[in-house]
Amino acid sequence: MTDKMKCREIFEKISDYIDRDLDPDICGQIEAHIKGCEPCVAFINTLRRAVELYRKEGSPAQDIPRKVSANLREFLKKEIDAGVK
Amino acid sequence: MATDTANGEAASGAEENKAEDLEFIAQVKAGSFRAFERIVNKYESRVYNHCVKFLNSQEDAEDVLQETFLQVYKSLESFRGESAFSTWLFKIATNGCLMRIRKKKKVDLVSIDKPLEFDGSSLQREIVDWSKNPALMHGNDEIKRLLDTIISSLPEDKRIVLIMKDVEGFSNIEIGQILNMTVAAVKSRLHRARLVLREALTKYFDGTLDMTSAGKIGNER
Repeated sequence: MTDKMKCREIFEKISDYIDRDLDPDICGQIEAHIKGCEPCVAFINTLRRAVELYRKEGSPAQDIPRKVSANLREFLKKEIDAGVK
Repeated sequence: MATDTANGEAASGAEENKAEDLEFIAQVKAGSFRAFERIVNKYESRVYNHCVKFLNSQEDAEDVLQETFLQVYKSLESFRGESAFSTWLFKIATNGCLMRIRKKKKVDLVSIDKPLEFDGSSLQREIVDWSKNPALMHGNDEIKRLLDTIISSLPEDKRIVLIMKDVEGFSNIEIGQILNMTVAAVKSRLHRARLVLREALTKYFDGTLDMTSAGKIGNER
């Protein structure tokens, strides 16, 4: 079950697999493969966890600072009043 | 069933959102500056966050934010609604970010599109599964800083796809439209970026990566 080509194919499709963005047949093939391949399971678990961590911890969105928002409005008003359109 | 309902509600919300944008745009085209302010109110935070994450600089992000909305105002007449307004808006913002980066350093954005490399003919036999490491169970400031450092070190074409997909929640199709690339190219870059992220975290957990070397890891692949 852990022949070389299978592992290579898994490696190339892991992102799509964790995004559930694969044809069900291919997904089934991957799941059949990883039942017998601990390195692939570890690789998938750690890649999935890395993505989850980044989604959770990676630079959370913040409200725009008031000053930046005020500067934006001032800039746009000035440019538009100057006849940019 | 619950998922179908949730998906249906999300799709309905997205349609309402698009309809609202089109209404604002029609009003701006009819001369309403107030409607343009509503567009700014609606999107300024998302665009600003997008630029900050991409550029790693609040100052540069503010400049691109201003240029983006000015460009939107100037070009709104030519917006035909063939893609969602938000897609068009983020395309302008992303191009602004790319132009700013290119001004600062000459980068060949195409050259890294070489085929994925696979070390050897099989995965290593010994892959440590750190996915349940206790250090990950609770908020960990060091890991947050590590993630920021790793992402900052990625080449911009990988970084932008990773940010748009995994933080901002764009679909692969939307990312392709915004970055002018095929969905296959989006997936390829996303995959590469995630591999770098996984590799860095693996090194961190086996004790071979510190914060200083984390800042270089994105450029190694």
